Amino acid sequence: MDNILEVYHISKRFGGIHALKDISFSVRKGEVHALVGENGAGKSTFIKILTGAHEPSSGTIKFDGKEYKALMPAQALDIGIAAIYQEFNLIPFLTVSENIYFGCEPAKRGLLDYKQMDANTKRMFEEIGMDINPRMRVQNMGVARQQLVEIVKAISKNAKLVIMDEPSAPLTEQETKTLHTIVRQMKAKGITVLYISHRMEEIFEVCDRVSVFRDGEYISTSQVSETSREALIADMVGRKMGEKFPERGGIGQETVLEVRELSNRRIHDISLSLRKGEILGIGGLVGAGRTELLRAIYGADKISEGEILLKGKVVKILSPSAALKHNIALLPEDRKQQGVVMGMTIKHNITFSILDRLSRWNIIKKGKENAICNKLVKDLSIKISSLQQPVKNLSGGNQQKVVLAKCLATECEVLFIDEPTRGIDVGAKQEIYKIMRQLADAGTSIIMVSSEMSELIGMSDRILVMREGRIVKELNPEEYSQEVILSYAAL
Amino acid sequence: MKRKIDINSFVAEYAIIMIFIVLFVAMSIFAPNFLSGGNIANVLRQISINGICAIGMTFVMLTGGIDLSVGSIIGVSGVLTAMMMLNGVHPILASLISLVLCTVIGMLTGLLISHIEIPPMVATMGTMTSLRGAAYLITGGTPVFGFTEGYAVIGQGYVGVVPIPVIILAIAFAIGIFFLSKTKYSRYIYGVGGNEEVARLSGVNVHHIKAFVYAVSGFCSALAGLVMLGRLNSGQPRAGESYEMDVITAVVLGGVSLNGGVGKLSHVIFGLLIIGVLTNGMTMMAIDDYWQRVVKGIVLLLAVGFDRFIQKNQQKAD
Repeated sequence: MDNILEVYHISKRFGGIHALKDISFSVRKGEVHALVGENGAGKSTFIKILTGAHEPSSGTIKFDGKEYKALMPAQALDIGIAAIYQEFNLIPFLTVSENIYFGCEPAKRGLLDYKQMDANTKRMFEEIGMDINPRMRVQNMGVARQQLVEIVKAISKNAKLVIMDEPSAPLTEQETKTLHTIVRQMKAKGITVLYISHRMEEIFEVCDRVSVFRDGEYISTSQVSETSREALIADMVGRKMGEKFPERGGIGQETVLEVRELSNRRIHDISLSLRKGEILGIGGLVGAGRTELLRAIYGADKISEGEILLKGKVVKILSPSAALKHNIALLPEDRKQQGVVMGMTIKHNITFSILDRLSRWNIIKKGKENAICNKLVKDLSIKISSLQQPVKNLSGGNQQKVVLAKCLATECEVLFIDEPTRGIDVGAKQEIYKIMRQLADAGTSIIMVSSEMSELIGMSDRILVMREGRIVKELNPEEYSQEVILSYAAL
Repeated sequence: MKRKIDINSFVAEYAIIMIFIVLFVAMSIFAPNFLSGGNIANVLRQISINGICAIGMTFVMLTGGIDLSVGSIIGVSGVLTAMMMLNGVHPILASLISLVLCTVIGMLTGLLISHIEIPPMVATMGTMTSLRGAAYLITGGTPVFGFTEGYAVIGQGYVGVVPIPVIILAIAFAIGIFFLSKTKYSRYIYGVGGNEEVARLSGVNVHHIKAFVYAVSGFCSALAGLVMLGRLNSGQPRAGESYEMDVITAVVLGGVSLNGGVGKLSHVIFGLLIIGVLTNGMTMMAIDDYWQRVVKGIVLLLAVGFDRFIQKNQQKAD
């Protein structure tokens, strides 16, 4: 069988970070090829190189017999590579056929030929066994239908390779079955599909071969019929435990935070308890609802059901300010968009949540403010030239410490940390681990969400694994291993 | 790299002051009598009404919003106060009622913007239009005369050689600058403008902050309206028409970013002075009004263009 896509020695660096390392593998014409890997394995970067969104630092791409050093977005489409991302690229106000013909509308005497557009659209949907009203506006359609429009749009552009990034993530079970049928139809039409998924079962359901990426490296390719779930997980995880983590300390007996059957749009029926001085890790794949869980408890997102108890008392937390009043602080996932105001000074960021305490008659007490900032900067050894520096001039690690300082300034008893060390260097990571453990030892209770397995295992006193908005397993330290966690996180 | 950032931020910081100095010198040379004491006082008095509005506008724009209703509020507060005085209400009480009412209108606009998420441009365009209509309705479309003689002092009086409107402007600026540098609310204002989500997650009630800044803008514009009332010694329903443009121009010239979160009220003074000197100088050089408008529009474009240019450069430098 011929290969439609071959890549040789593809590498990609972002600054100091090596996102892809010497990737070489191939995809056969007309197969459904799964691509799997943990969070941060380099799948997204790889797709972006294929679709021309990123230029590889080195290596070559051979598609349909021709070699390319790099692709431009328009060029990738032109030679027949289409991608369907989780966020669709449809224009909500336009109809199905207008979206499908966007940019290449057929015209008759200078006017749009709606008749032809609609008829062709209808026919293309029928070819994959779907009935649709071509005049319907995309904004009035459900996610599954919108995804269909994306697929048909790709087919209509004569795509030879369609890349699908977690296509089943937003779908119900029934819709996923339909999707699989369509994928098979595409295969029957000779279209190659590169299928990225976290769900093991559907890989075995719909794919022919599966390739594994790990830490930016290509690991293996196997026939789906000749591999097993366990073997794939073993490849995804590998054997690597480089970092050192501080010793676990004692945990208090007192339950500080309890959550009972908490639900909203993104999380379902969550119950958990957190003890004094404990670091509770939450594992799971991206999109499992981990961040959403923290945000729901913190009052940043609405909750529809369930209750939250602090030290045994039911509390209503309807906004982040209410959470802060109850001594709960959040270190959010995305420090640039949620953690700090980049243009504001270090000092103003650190004290942003505690101005009520720092001011009288609305006027801020300068001396007290400086004292608090100086102490936190020293305690966390944040490297700065002055408190008046804007945060954006700091390195990632020091920015993260500023966010942490901002949380600690609140003198919180419960601290939520969403991705404690994302995008920061190894040295700063070690420091943050040490600080977290010191905090826990001093009695702060921490819930940590982490996509880094080693960090989750190394830091947590207990781990809850989430999948599709639910807690599916609670693990104690003696049960921890990457394989176990991943086997619960991925279905 | 490091040096480049420094130059950029230096330019961003002091460009406006340098532009003002250059303009001032140029006008002193080319416009006859520009430098006379009387004329300087005149320039200051001319900018006082816009200037008071610019304080509120700066509050609003620091949160990333905009307030197009300032001119209409000038009109409403003036005619409202005039009508009340004609009907026997004490001038001080009448003024206070107008101030409170316009502050509340501003606050309600802010609530619409934050709760219902009407874009600020549209929400304040709505209030701008309605309030102008209200000003005509209050007066029946004609100017209101014949209230307390003494009221003119606010707009026309002097303390020594300093016009009273200029004193009001100076006091308002002093309070504004103090507020925007020393208080916790100022941090929230800059924070909301810098990144609303960060502010919310940090426990800031973003709704309150937005309601607050539009209330401040309503108050400032109403105060400007009272000064205008004194200056004209009559309640004109057309008063303050299209002032929003000059006010926004001055604030943007003063370096307040349209995206919010960046800018200093103290620099807005120079934005005002540039507009004031430009208008006054052109008038003294007998450049006709039509050309003045062309020039002012271009100045606004240059100011915004310059703002974007600096931001782009800084993003590159980051």
